[in-house]
Amino acid sequence: MKARACYLKRVLGAGAVAVTLAACVAFAAPLGLPPVPVPASNPVTPEKVKLGDRLFHDTRFSSTGEVSCSTCHDREKGFTDNLPVSEGIKKLKGTRNAPTVINAVYLESQFWDGREPSLESQSAQPFLNPVEMGLENHEPILKVVRSDPEYQDLFQKAFGRSGDKITMVEVEQALATFERTLVAGNSAFDRYYFGGEKSAMSPAAIRGLNVFVNQGRCVSCHVIEQTQALFTDNRFHMIGVAANQMPKDLDELSAAVEDVKKRGTDVAVLSNEKTSSLGRYAVTRDLTDIGAFKTPTLRNIDLTAPYMHDGSLKTLEEVVQFYNNGGRLEETDPVPELLSGGIRPLNLTPEQEADLVEFMKALTSPEFVKK
Amino acid sequence: MHVSRRSFLKTTGAVLIAGAFPMSLVKVAFSAAQDFTFAYISDAHIQLIKGTKFVRNWDMGLIRSIREANLLTPRPDFFMFGGDLAQLGMKEELDHGLEIMSRLRGKVHYVIGEHDYYLDLGEYWQDKISPLYYSFDHKGVHFVVLNSILTYDSWTHRKWAAPMDRMLAMARLDNPDGSPFMVGEKQIEWLKKDLEKVDKGTPVVVFSHSPIQKIFKGWNFWTEDAEKVQALLKPFEKVTVIYGHVHQIQYNQIGNISFHAVMATAWPWPYPETYVQVESRLPKLTVPMNRADPFFERDATGWQFIDVRTGNVAMHYQLPDNENRTVAFDPKTGYPQDLKYQDSRNRIPPQDHY
Repeated sequence: MKARACYLKRVLGAGAVAVTLAACVAFAAPLGLPPVPVPASNPVTPEKVKLGDRLFHDTRFSSTGEVSCSTCHDREKGFTDNLPVSEGIKKLKGTRNAPTVINAVYLESQFWDGREPSLESQSAQPFLNPVEMGLENHEPILKVVRSDPEYQDLFQKAFGRSGDKITMVEVEQALATFERTLVAGNSAFDRYYFGGEKSAMSPAAIRGLNVFVNQGRCVSCHVIEQTQALFTDNRFHMIGVAANQMPKDLDELSAAVEDVKKRGTDVAVLSNEKTSSLGRYAVTRDLTDIGAFKTPTLRNIDLTAPYMHDGSLKTLEEVVQFYNNGGRLEETDPVPELLSGGIRPLNLTPEQEADLVEFMKALTSPEFVKK
Repeated sequence: MHVSRRSFLKTTGAVLIAGAFPMSLVKVAFSAAQDFTFAYISDAHIQLIKGTKFVRNWDMGLIRSIREANLLTPRPDFFMFGGDLAQLGMKEELDHGLEIMSRLRGKVHYVIGEHDYYLDLGEYWQDKISPLYYSFDHKGVHFVVLNSILTYDSWTHRKWAAPMDRMLAMARLDNPDGSPFMVGEKQIEWLKKDLEKVDKGTPVVVFSHSPIQKIFKGWNFWTEDAEKVQALLKPFEKVTVIYGHVHQIQYNQIGNISFHAVMATAWPWPYPETYVQVESRLPKLTVPMNRADPFFERDATGWQFIDVRTGNVAMHYQLPDNENRTVAFDPKTGYPQDLKYQDSRNRIPPQDHY
């Protein structure tokens, strides 16, 4: 909620007057995006960004020395891995699709189930997950950053401390700061919609935008506002993905909840498909949230296939088909019992479906457009 | 008491956030040995379109509530269905509704609503589902099911061109040619006899489809002979009336009687004042729900599980895409209170322009 309050204030002040806020200092953002929220406790500096970039790509922070953050969040793949579910150490598979880091700074919570509130707190978890980077604890990371001469220098410049003075707080802050710079707007859509450049989008994409905000009902969750578009409502919805994995009865639900209690959410949900299928419920234990996952942004979506929290839909065409059938890929598939009330059959024509895909392809930022 | 309260909360962890309601509310223990809960699903309005096609939205509401209710722990002792299983009383609708209801794991007691009744005057209902009024005892509580949606015989038995015309006339809101709901003399006589056998200290819970109090006549949020029923309930120490029909949270206290409304699984009704733009006759104790988001079909619909541990009632409203609410009888004040929003400072300001 804190992040949202801060964010709203900035929107309100975004007109003529520059707004200064003690609690959150924002810096300028590309066309179509609001100023980047920065917590007062962790200001952005070039030195910190450089350090974070280095940490993000360092494979020494995994038990095998082969996996870094960038293994699953690869710049060349839109800061994802283009796999259905991520592979960590020893090719171990998790249960969830790697979300892009691009524009993650705007999200009010991190991970598909929103179990962490900030980039800082999120960044420390994959190191310790047995199917991701597999460390027992954070000590091996501290050992490297406290002794490696390059890190000595980088930490000194970024935080004015080195050696034993370095803690995980600085590691998390540096990683988060690097991620905070990964903002990308200025897509064909932004130039068309916010920049007044009428030729920026193709006629098919323009028709697709119309479907997106009207019959397709997409915009209700993938939000476009008057001066900006995050393409997310920061909420959690059960849209029908992996419905067949969900606990069938009370016994299965109780077993999954026990799993979360025993091993912690991060470990439990990434190692067991049944537990993973709880979605937001694993965090809130509210029946409304069973099978609900966070609305992801659609920016640069063309780069980040496959789709959905479990990577079960291969293409944007499949995604559109899934929504058009009301939360199922085939019309003959059963309708999930706990489906969100926002999901229903859309009766789109094949042309409308194709236009919608064209529109989503117009959401790629120029720095990521494949040459 | 505290210990058993805590363990109760822990086991219902699947649906309750521990500590969501204050311990002070359970000080007047009815009997620790007799603690039980039941779940209440109402107003499904299963509606036939044509052939085998039914309105998807209403189907989904009932299906969702049943799926959720089946995940309750500890298991409710029984389930109530609060009326309006069908939209226009057709056999197809009642059959389809019953088929969905069959997914519910446990005993169900049924209350009839006007949408189930006015096509064939309850014939199919009595044949396939349930008597129209009856009572039962469970763990020291006396439960009464009333058929409160009757009306004047002169209206019911007038010369209708077809039974469906009568059904449609009763289904219509603000119908100048409509007729108010009532329990009727015959049933009141039965109720009097039924209650004679019951000790005055026994908690009594009455289920009806319409409110046994007068709120808004134009929509039949109303029972014409409510006062007569209330008079029969007056001698009892702890009385609760739970009703459907209004598709919204309402609660009220009249003398010794606590009133609670239940949500519909189909659609929400606005509060009467938001519709007619005149002074609301809503019970003064009620804190309105926050506005429903029309995008989410389930918003402002829901179902409830009910805890009768004090002999009075605590209603736990399960509200998909909205915030769950609990309205519980508070022995200190002597009336039901919303546990979160009873203090006006905690309320979400209503939206007064669009």
